[in-house]
Amino acid sequence: MSDLTKMSAAQLAKAIATKEASAVEVATAHLDRIDAVDERVHAFLHVDREGALAAAAEVDAGAKTGPLAGVPVAVKDVITTKGVPTTAASKILEGWRPPYDATIVERLRAAGTVMLGKTNMDEFAMGSSTEYSAYGPTNNPWDLGRIPGGSGGGSAAAVAAYEAPLAIGTDTGGSIRQPGAVTGTVGAKPTYGGTSRYGLIAFSSSLDTPGPCARTVEDAALLHSVIAGHDPRDSTSIPQPVPDVVGAARLGASGDLSGVKLGVVKEFAGDGSEPGVLSAFHESLEALVKLGAEIVEVSCPHFQYALPAYYLIAPSEASSNLARFDGVRYGLRTGDDGSRSLEEVMSLTRDAGFGPEVKRRIILGTYALSSGYYDAYYGQAQKVRTLITRDFEAAWNNVDVLVSPTTPFVAFPFGSRTSDPYQMYLADLFTIPTNLYGGPAISVPCGLSEGLPVGFQVMAPTMADDRMYRVAAALESAVGSLTPPTL
Amino acid sequence: MAAISREEVAHLARLSRLAVTEEELDRFAGQLDVILQSVARIGDVAADDIPPTSHSVPLTNVYRDDVPVPCLTQEEALSGAPDAYEGRFRVPQILAEED
Repeated sequence: MSDLTKMSAAQLAKAIATKEASAVEVATAHLDRIDAVDERVHAFLHVDREGALAAAAEVDAGAKTGPLAGVPVAVKDVITTKGVPTTAASKILEGWRPPYDATIVERLRAAGTVMLGKTNMDEFAMGSSTEYSAYGPTNNPWDLGRIPGGSGGGSAAAVAAYEAPLAIGTDTGGSIRQPGAVTGTVGAKPTYGGTSRYGLIAFSSSLDTPGPCARTVEDAALLHSVIAGHDPRDSTSIPQPVPDVVGAARLGASGDLSGVKLGVVKEFAGDGSEPGVLSAFHESLEALVKLGAEIVEVSCPHFQYALPAYYLIAPSEASSNLARFDGVRYGLRTGDDGSRSLEEVMSLTRDAGFGPEVKRRIILGTYALSSGYYDAYYGQAQKVRTLITRDFEAAWNNVDVLVSPTTPFVAFPFGSRTSDPYQMYLADLFTIPTNLYGGPAISVPCGLSEGLPVGFQVMAPTMADDRMYRVAAALESAVGSLTPPTL
Repeated sequence: MAAISREEVAHLARLSRLAVTEEELDRFAGQLDVILQSVARIGDVAADDIPPTSHSVPLTNVYRDDVPVPCLTQEEALSGAPDAYEGRFRVPQILAEED
């Protein structure tokens, strides 16, 4: 393995800017690493060697500069990339080459980052393990027999396996943070509306949030600052300046948290988490106290209803969003032999093109939105969403951030939660409240349990993304990064 | 008692334009029942007087400036179509022919 693949994004950017290394050398080192290990990890659905080398050559020619110029990045396959296959890990989009770039991809290109390829995920970002990818799961670099989290398991595994220093994920109920936690990497969900959804294939539009995956908190902040900011093409994009996340990460890395109040969510402290996860979490709290932070217990009584509310709201929105896959404008068409009607062809196409979890959620969402059930399910879930938001707002009167384990359990073996879908949903127990509220949250590695990584989650108020980076960087400075076993 | 029947799942699949198989129906009916029983707890929350939240960002009437900007060409828009004809999306028969 080349030393270039072990360097952080910040180090790589510096080496490229000072001509210690060329962007083409850096890209080649990562592409070679992918060639060497991705057969075992399967983090990528598509590798764009040619495009990556061309982008790197542009940087070497001086055409692009900036804090991440020449640094490779992998992009989750739910984000459109012009001319580069984009499938959302679904058979219904197999072979599709979008005619346009997502806004965040435009920004990545403008910043001179080098896109290596597209990463694996649960189909349409629905899942917590990548086992619902139509193209086979991604394997966790820490233990190839275990899940890398989901839905963004490919992005997290690519970063953990040194195939890419940076990756883009999307977080609807925890799909950046939970994969970060179980692969020992950093994953941040920005404030909803802080990063553009234009070109993100919609799953649950009121929740979907693109964000960074990295091996260090500073790297995540650098990528965050490149992709964030107002986009007139997304009507839910917030027209405000991006918080200074890079400055906050550097401040936190100095290891001083004097005067910072951390709220421990009482309802998340006990039941449901594995003992090893809880002990790593409590050791992290002690480390943060040594850095000057104050711990306050906070009650968020409605958080216990977040999971049910989410599994009504997200499938409802998905059932509507996924109606666009009708076999007419793009993607698969099945059964069109001249004898069948449009409706029959549409139904056959959707049954052949969607996997089981996507179908379950479409049916569940259709149910929750149907007349007679709407008030009891979707309507009630939206009211509970208000109550969860009020819990967060009440907490901000007393504390600066809330903290919890990122996910209740370490990476689990393949197949252990697929037969009972609700067992899979529990992986997102601690990440979902933030999505319903809309604020930012980050997962940072905080230790090992039985040899597998544990994530520490920091949740912050809306548009105070800088706060979570400061606390996460401070914890990182105390705990250090985790290094996976050699592949 | 089951929260959802196999017949209801079949009806919802038809509404969703999913030509599910009998075997899928059997599997989904049981799984959706477990999920619905789990999420039904949401009804325990007293929320009659609570306003619903559809979106966390309280923005309304978001319009872009009324300036023409380039958009996809016809060729680009049709580039991913399963079937196209003379610059249009071609679809299977929508109305039945009269005998």
